[in-house]
Parts: sequence; C-alpha cells; structure tokens
Amino acid sequence: MSNLFFTEDHEWVRLEGKKVYLGISDYAQSQLGDIVYVELPEEDDEVSAGDSVGVIESVKSASDLFTPVSGIVVEVNEELEDAPELLNEDAMENWIVAIEINDESELEELMDEDEYKNFLGDEA
Amino acid sequence: MTYNRLIFENSVPGKYAYSLPELDVPEVNLADEDVPLREDLDLPEVSEGDLIRHYLNMSLNNYSIDKGFYPLGSCTMKYNPKINENIARIPGLAKLHPYQPNSTVQGSLALLYELQEYLAEVSGMDAMSLQPAAGAHGELAGLMIIKRYHELRGDDHRNVIILPDSAHGTNPATAAMAGFKVVEVASDEEGSVDVEELKAAIDENLAGLMLTNPNTLGLFESHIEEVAQIIHDAGGLLYYDGANMNAIMGKARPGDMGFDVMHFNVHKTFSTPHGGGGPGGGPIGVKEFLKPYLPVPVLEKTDEKYILNYDYPDSIGKMKAFFGNYGIMLRAFSYISTMGSEGLRNASEMAVLNANYMMHRLKKTYNLPIEKVCKHEFVLSGIKDSPKTTTLDIAKRLLDYGFHAPTVYFPLIIPEAMMIEPTETESKATLDKFMEALEAIAKEAVESPELLAEAPHTTPVRRVDEVHAAKALILTYKDMLNEEN
Repeated sequence: MSNLFFTEDHEWVRLEGKKVYLGISDYAQSQLGDIVYVELPEEDDEVSAGDSVGVIESVKSASDLFTPVSGIVVEVNEELEDAPELLNEDAMENWIVAIEINDESELEELMDEDEYKNFLGDEA
Repeated sequence: MTYNRLIFENSVPGKYAYSLPELDVPEVNLADEDVPLREDLDLPEVSEGDLIRHYLNMSLNNYSIDKGFYPLGSCTMKYNPKINENIARIPGLAKLHPYQPNSTVQGSLALLYELQEYLAEVSGMDAMSLQPAAGAHGELAGLMIIKRYHELRGDDHRNVIILPDSAHGTNPATAAMAGFKVVEVASDEEGSVDVEELKAAIDENLAGLMLTNPNTLGLFESHIEEVAQIIHDAGGLLYYDGANMNAIMGKARPGDMGFDVMHFNVHKTFSTPHGGGGPGGGPIGVKEFLKPYLPVPVLEKTDEKYILNYDYPDSIGKMKAFFGNYGIMLRAFSYISTMGSEGLRNASEMAVLNANYMMHRLKKTYNLPIEKVCKHEFVLSGIKDSPKTTTLDIAKRLLDYGFHAPTVYFPLIIPEAMMIEPTETESKATLDKFMEALEAIAKEAVESPELLAEAPHTTPVRRVDEVHAAKALILTYKDMLNEEN
C-alpha cells in the first residue's frame, strides 16, 4: 500500500514511520497561483484533525492549510518563509509541516493517489 | 511620459504655496518660547503652481467613475451625482464644529435623523446608527451587538458564526475580529445556503448567521425565510451584509426576510464617493429588541428637539469619534431625497435590467456557470473558445480598451470568476461598448494571445509584478530609496 494520501481540500500527507509530512497538491498550487507567503505553525503545537495549521497566501487569495491527522508538530519547513515559491515549483516535493501522529487509522479516511485523480476529474 | 514623482522630489528650499495675511498681532519668536519645534521635520517646499500641477498630474494617472465605466462586481460603482457634493458643501452644514452645543446644530441633526428614518424604511429595520465608518466597520458593530445580546442573556457559550463559502471575505474576518469562531458551510451550485448543510452545522453554540442577499453570484436567496426560521429556532440571530442592497430597493427588505441586524454601504447603494480609501459610510440597522445595544450616542427626536442620547447602559459603546463620517451622510441624504422612493425602486430595477441585458449577450462568448435570471450582477468563468486564457489576462486587456476591469477571482466558488456589476447609471451605449470590447478580447485570445499575455499596453503603469509587490512591501519614501539603491 502506498504511503501517500490526499484530502478533499487538496492537501497531501506522506507517512514515514510515526511521522507524516503535510503539503499541498499540485492542483492546489495551480489554483492558488503565485504563492507569496506561507504562515507556519510552531513546533510542539498539538493539533487535531481538521485544524488549520497554517495559511498560504497567493496573489489571488489566502487559504488555510488543514491537517487531516491529529498529533504534534515536530518540524516546519522554514525554507518556505523566505522562498514560498517553492510550493509553485514543486508542490509534491516541498512539504510544509511534519506531524507526529498518534492514530494511524485517521489516514484510512483519506484518498490514495488514484482516488484523488478521480476526485479531481469530478471537480474539473 | 507618465508623471511619476513624489511631492518631496519637487521640493525646493524657500518655496511656499500659501501666503499669510499681513501680521496684525505682536510678533513672537517661537524658538525663544520653549516650543518643541522640529528641525528635522522634512516637509515639501513647493509653489502653488507646482502643488496644483503635482496633484493634477497624479490624478490623470488614475481611473475613476468620473472618467469611465467601472463594472467592479460587488462594489456598486455607480455615478455619484454632483448635487450631493453641492449639498455637503453648504456652509451651514459643512462648517460646523463637532463640539458645538446641540442646540446650535438642530438642522444638521434633523437631517441625520431623517436619513435614519429613510434607511429604516428601505431596510425594514427599527433603529439605526450612522456611526460606523464603512461596510466592514458596520459588520463589526453588528456582530458586537449580537455578542452583547447573547452575553446579557447569559448565553456566553454562543460563540459560533456560520457563513456560506460564497461570502464576502470581510464576513469571516469580521466574525473572527469580534471574537467568534467561524464555521463555513458549503453553498449549493447557485451560491445559496445549502439548507441541509446549514442544519448539520448548527449546535447549541450558534450565535448567528451572516448572509448577503442577493448572494455574491448575484442570485436571490429564495429560501431565505426557511433559513431565517432555522436560525431563529436554534437561538441564533441573522446578520444581513448590505453590500448588494442596490439589487432590491423598493422590492424586498432585509427586515421582512427575517434579518435582525444589518449594515448599509452608503458609498455603494446611496452614491457617496467610493474607493481611494474612503471615507465610506456603514450605518447599521437593528430590530427593536436590539436597540439597547446600539453604539452611543443614539440620535433621537423628542417633542421639540433632536438629542444625542448617551443613556444606553447596555450599549456596545462608541464605534467612532463624534457621529461617524458626517459629510458622507449628508451626501447619502441628498441622494435619497433627490431620488425619492420611486427613484430608488427604479434604480434597483434598472441595475437588474442592465445586468441581465449584459449577461444574456455575454453568455454567447463567455462561460456562464449558472443560467438563471440574475439580480444586479453576474459571474462569468472564462472564454468559451479559449479555455486556457486566464481571467487575469482578460481583465488586464480590458484596461487597454479604456474600461476598469470587473472584480476577478471572486466569488471563490467559481473558477476564473469575473464578476460584472454595471449599476443603473450606465447607458445602453456604454454597456454595448463594454461588451464589444469583451467580445473583441475573446477573439484576440484565439488569434493573438500575446496581446492578452502582455496587457495592458496603454496604461500609465504596465502589468505590475504582483508577486514582488506582495513580498517586497514599499510603504515609505525611505523604503523606496532603499529599493533603488
């Protein structure tokens, strides 16, 4: 089974051990347009599934970044503070937040890559 | 050559633009008097001629409703009749001091009181405050009233404001600023509240619902009475965002639909000057049971005179110094008085007719996501024959045709949205010209796309680098000098 999952809000999470890396999908970055600012959470923040863990501001709009999983923020990608455009350049490679999760079953609710592609088909 | 200078760059030591009258009091040297004069206060020194030319040239770089068509959706950029300006400049109205005794300004208070009555009549609300400075400030005042209402009933736990995902961006911002938790519900494909979604979002913490009607797609929320019932049954209040009031004057009233609190944007609906940072005007109206919470002072009429009543112990307090943007209220009063109730109804009818006229022609060339009779505005979504062309490029190209661009990328629920609000003050000839331009652009998008990609070509400033502008903020003259070095 793949370790990559997607949400209906166009985030992706990649599971590595007890940790998930959270980012936005390529479709999300293309819809947002040029991203100019990324607001990151604090390390050690406790978050619940559905919480906003950051804000992504583009020339078009400001959007919340939601986490589909609960846990503790263990790392934030500080590179994005100076270079938010990295999300436009490669949204799948540039993670935003890493969260140590306590309940892996939360991932079961999410879509795998094929399901997400079908979901995008419906959106478009 | 585009004029692009700061007045500081025109400064020449020793020049001045104002001549003082001959001195007829004893001369005092302030430097001897322990007055804190600042040597370092770097004020521009220019002659009167330089001053006038500077600002006239600056203004020529600008675009305004007095220059041409301005179909900025949701903003109601109608022509501002100049009689409003004349009225607001009458010395007896304009040259008052806010600390003058009330007994000496009864005429002005009478006029403001009349305006409150007019607004109550148009909206179906019972009591008004003219204090808030503009729309979002009115929203804040309204939500503070909702908060105070719940608190004084012992319902401190009611901290949730629900709004649809088609809402104006100010709505969630206001709710958050007033200390509420924002819950967004998905709207249906017409941008209306999805009643099932709404029911699912309601719990015992509901404080209220914020709604625009017609909604941001320009469509009338037809099940508004059902929505109001659901919210009231759950103990919540309804807030009406008055941004789209220009669609319904003399036809439907928020007070009758079930709303409890609302704001007006007099700079939209009632033709007071708009844009460029204001000043705007955001009067609020409430139902009788919320009157105790209005901002103080409340302007009231007693047997013989008009008074500013501060005796409202449950009031949310003052929202703005003195009586809000008084000069703007004079203009709104002038507009409503000159239009009359027939005139206001006619304005809304013509605004709706103009929008439908345009929608029906433009849907042949542009995608129209929702095929339905619209109110005062409508939303398009890209060129039919050129799906890859972005709305940003279309909007930029419109500038070359001498028009202000419509609102773009809002509402968020429509991809590549372009929101057109013609208002009632434009002639058919103007609307036709604008539509010809949009049709020409649709053709260009297929035949010579580079014209769009590089637009605008003819404006004082070409395409701005939005990414750089958002990241490298230049907010002061010093920042600009630093940027240049």
